[in-house]
Formats: sequence, C-alpha cells, structure tokens
Amino acid sequence: MITLIDGLSLGSIYALIALGYTMVYGIAKLLNFAHGDVIMVGAYAIMVTLSYSLSPWVAVVVAAILCTVLGMLIEKIAYKPLRGASPLAVLITAIGVSYFLQGAAQIIFGSQSIPVGVAWKLPAVSAINKLGVSTAAAVTLISGVIIMSILTLFIKYTKTGRAMRAVSEDRGAAMLMGVNVNGIITITFAIGSLLAAFAGMFYLLQIPNTQPTLGAMPGITAFTAAVIGGIGSIPGAMVGGILLGVVEKFCLSSPLAPYTVAIKFSLLIIILLVKPTGLLGKVSREKV
Amino acid sequence: MSEFVLETQNLGISFGGLKAAQDVNLKIKKNQIYGLIGPNGAGKTTVFNMLTGVYKPTTGKIFLDGKKIDGLSQEKINHMGIARTFQNIRLFNNMSVIRNVMVGLHNLPEYKCTVWESFFRLPRHFMTEIKMRERAKELLRIFGLEDERNALACNLPYGKQRKLEIARALATNPKLLLLDEPAAGMNPHETEDLVKTIHFIRDNFDMTILLIEHDMKFVASLCDEITVLNFGTVLAEGDTRTALRNPEVIRAYIGG
Ligand SMILES: Nc1ncnc2c1ncn2[C@@H]1O[C@H](COP(=O)(O)OP(=O)(O)OP(=O)(O)O)[C@@H](O)[C@H]1O
Ligand SMILES: [Mg+2]
Repeated sequence: MITLIDGLSLGSIYALIALGYTMVYGIAKLLNFAHGDVIMVGAYAIMVTLSYSLSPWVAVVVAAILCTVLGMLIEKIAYKPLRGASPLAVLITAIGVSYFLQGAAQIIFGSQSIPVGVAWKLPAVSAINKLGVSTAAAVTLISGVIIMSILTLFIKYTKTGRAMRAVSEDRGAAMLMGVNVNGIITITFAIGSLLAAFAGMFYLLQIPNTQPTLGAMPGITAFTAAVIGGIGSIPGAMVGGILLGVVEKFCLSSPLAPYTVAIKFSLLIIILLVKPTGLLGKVSREKV
Repeated sequence: MSEFVLETQNLGISFGGLKAAQDVNLKIKKNQIYGLIGPNGAGKTTVFNMLTGVYKPTTGKIFLDGKKIDGLSQEKINHMGIARTFQNIRLFNNMSVIRNVMVGLHNLPEYKCTVWESFFRLPRHFMTEIKMRERAKELLRIFGLEDERNALACNLPYGKQRKLEIARALATNPKLLLLDEPAAGMNPHETEDLVKTIHFIRDNFDMTILLIEHDMKFVASLCDEITVLNFGTVLAEGDTRTALRNPEVIRAYIGG
C-alpha cells in the first residue's frame, strides 16, 4: 500500500514531465529532448532563490516563471527557425539545446551536487506520516492530480485548448481556418515548461540536491512514459507516467531492485511490441 | 473596392518540370457562384492551394478585393477573407461537431479572449465560450447538423461531413468561399439539397463562391460562369453554357 502511494507519487512526477513531451510532440511534431533539462533549471532556480533565504513559495514562483520563459525562448531561438526542416536536423538541435543547458549549469554552479537547504523541507504531518507515507509523497501526489485536472479542463473547455487540439490533429487545416499556429506552438512550449518546473519542484522534495545532469534520468524515463502511453496523447502520458512510477517503486522494494532501470525500459519494448502506437495512441493516417 | 472579389493575373506554378497550372486569370464578381472544372489532374486543386497560400505561386498575382494576397501565410489569407473545404475531407476527426465549427470561429475579433483569461476563468472566458457556442449552433442549424453537434466528426456519415466542412469554413467569416468537389460521394438527393444550401449561403451570407466539381449537371445548375482547365492551362472561360459547348472542352472530357 505504501509502495503503491510512493509509486503513484513518483508516477505523477513522470506524468507531469511526460505531458510536456507529448504536448510538444502532438502540436509541434518535434521531440524536445531539452525538456528534461528544463526540470534541472527549475531545480536550480529553487536552490538559488532559497539561498537568498526567501520563502519556498517565492522559490516556486521564480522557478515557474523562469522555466516558462525558458521554454518559450528555446522554441523561438532553436526550433522556430527550423520549422519545415528535416526531422533529423530538429532532433540534433534538441540534443544541442540539452547539452547547452547542462553545460551552462556546470559553468555557473560547477558539476558537484548542491543541497537545497533546510527551508525546502515539508513539515511532518502526523496523520499522513503515521501511515508510513512521507509528506513529500502525499503533497506530490495530490498536487500532481490537481495540476493534471486543471490541464485537462484547460485543453477541453477553453478556446486555446480547442485550437491546440485542432493543430495537433491537422496543422494545415487549422492554419487554413485562421488559427495562429505559431502562437499555439509557443503556448504549448510555455505550458510544457511550466509543468517541468513543477516536476523539478517535486523532484527536489524527494531528492533535495541539484546537479547539472539532474534532469536526464527523469527526462528519459518520462519520455519513455510518453511513448508507452502513445506519444501525442495527453491521457496516455498520464497513464504511462503513473505506470512507470509504480513499477519503479515496486521493483525497488523487491529483490529485483538492481534491475529496476532495465525493467522500466523493457516495459517500453514489450508494450510497443504488443501495441506499436502505445497504450492510448491512435493509428495515424496519411493525409493528402 | 475593386470590381472583382477575386482576381488572378497569369497565376501559375510548376513542380520540377511539371507545369501544374499556368496563366490562370480568374475574375470573380461579388455574389457570383463560379465554377472551376476540368478532367482529373487538370490542376484545379492546385489553383485552390495557391489561392489559400498552401502553395506559393511560381508566377502571377492574386488579388482579393483589390488587395494583393499572394505570398501571405495561410492564416493571414484566411484572416483576409478566403475560406475553403477540401477534396479529401479534413475535419478535426476526434473533436465534436460543434467544436470543429468553434475552431473556425477561433480567430474572429468578437470572440477574443486571452490565454490568461481562459486559464484563470475570468468572466470574459465564460462569455466568449457561450457566444461561440451559440454562433456555432446557428451555423450547424443551417446545415441540419444541430442535433449531431456532440457527435465526433469522424462518426458523421459522409454527406454530413462535407456539410460540416462548409459550416466550419463559413465560421471563419470569409468574403470568398472555396469548395473543392462539395458534391463528391453524395447521392442525387443529397446533391439537390446541396444546390439549395449553396444558394442559401450566397443569399444569406452575402457570399461569393468558387467551386470545383465534376458533376456537370450540378455545375450547370449553380454556376453562372466557369473556367475550364486541362493539363494546367485554361481551355475555356466565361458563361457556363457557352463554355461547356466549346468543342475543345468536349474533346478534353471525352479524351480524358
Ligand atoms: N505538391 C505537388 N508536387 C508535385 N506535383 C503536384 C503537387 N500537387 C499537385 N501536383 C500535380 O499537379 C497536377 C494537378 O493536380 P491537381 O490535384 O491540382 O488536379 P485536380 O484538377 O484537382 O484533379 P482531380 O480532379 O483529380 O482532383 C497533377 O499532375 C498532380 O500530380
Ligand atoms: Mg482536385
């Protein structure tokens, strides 16, 4: 039971990150491999803000704003000039952006890991802790569910959300109906990066150290989650993320612990063998 | 204001060596229903793609209400006042019928609402949603699709999908509506219905319509003027009856 809650909590971090991959893929049709590093930037933003002994709430706001702006900048500087270029060029660029962010963090902060400090520690809540669940896990899980619900409502019931769905279904037709596709892509990057900032914050609650490569493992795991769920599918990213989180925690608390990473990625291969489009992915049809 | 809603001058495009269209000079007056016909592969859809900015013309100019529009982006051309349907239906399949139409309304200034207003659910968000929904319903009513507004677009029968495409295009509030084979795949009864709907749109939306169609009876009953294309060149143009009796046109159709 406790392992399940821990798993769901970790899974909601993966789900938040996976949503960024899947939304950007669905709408801009590109794999933003720098996405994981946005989490890292968010974590550093929190660490730095706290080092000025500001409140953790200020730190969260700073991280959220910084990541959102960063996401929009990455899109504008790195990807927008390549719209219409070969997917391979875009992919290489994405990897380049990823190394750039890691390199920048290394130059500014060094490669050693830096603890975030005691201000970043949730108080004990005896009612929850008595059950054996950490406050961090509970907060992550609850906030994760709230954030994902807001996102779902946003996509489903707002004008912008509707345009996002239209662009992801048929970019050309959406343009011809007057939808400002560039604007929609920018908004998508902004939302994805905001979610990454939240993921970075929850990550720090579990592991309170920053490091330039901190985004890499959660990033690749979440990407796997997005593919497992069916890349481009929003509920798919949530399901995939939660699934990997739960699997990871159960593996870690079993004799299979040393094989956890191998098991997570084998899951990807198995699911893709059975259902090549991912759990909730749709078969794409060629359009003329 | 120009005499013509749409005017093209020596419009042409080549793909590699293939001249898919050349020297197309369309002159379409306000409230006209104008036909663009020709055998398969004549370049009709290619002309639509140039008019809507999907293809950049290799030669020539396009004027909408006297303003030059060639070279503009697809979005911009839609904002200027051209909307279209597609030969191969391109609806947003996994969205409901009404949401398809609401995407068409997305860019109109009267439904302006920023991301922030939506995100924080400010009053304008709700007002905009209600106004858009009402307008979309009104459009759906014209096409008899009101009762199916919550169905997924892909679950509509073929004829209704074609109508929904027209409704979505109309939602963008165009000056000129381009219909690419609107009657394709329809039975005679549906086609007759479509003729009435197109007249209705022309009269009630003060619309100018350019359509591509293979069904000659349909063309003759709707269009006052046509342009006939064959292998990318104009075979005949002008009054529908005269153009259809042109020996070259008859030969092209029998030959093709
Ligand atoms: N993007 C493209 N690249 C290369 N050739 C193209 C392209 N688009 C159209 N063509 C060619 O241009 C010619 C005209 O095609 P188009 O689709 O305009 O014909 P059409 O008159 O609409 O025919 P149909 O009645 O079959 O729809 C065809 O030979 C087609 O292969
Ligand atoms: Mg065609």
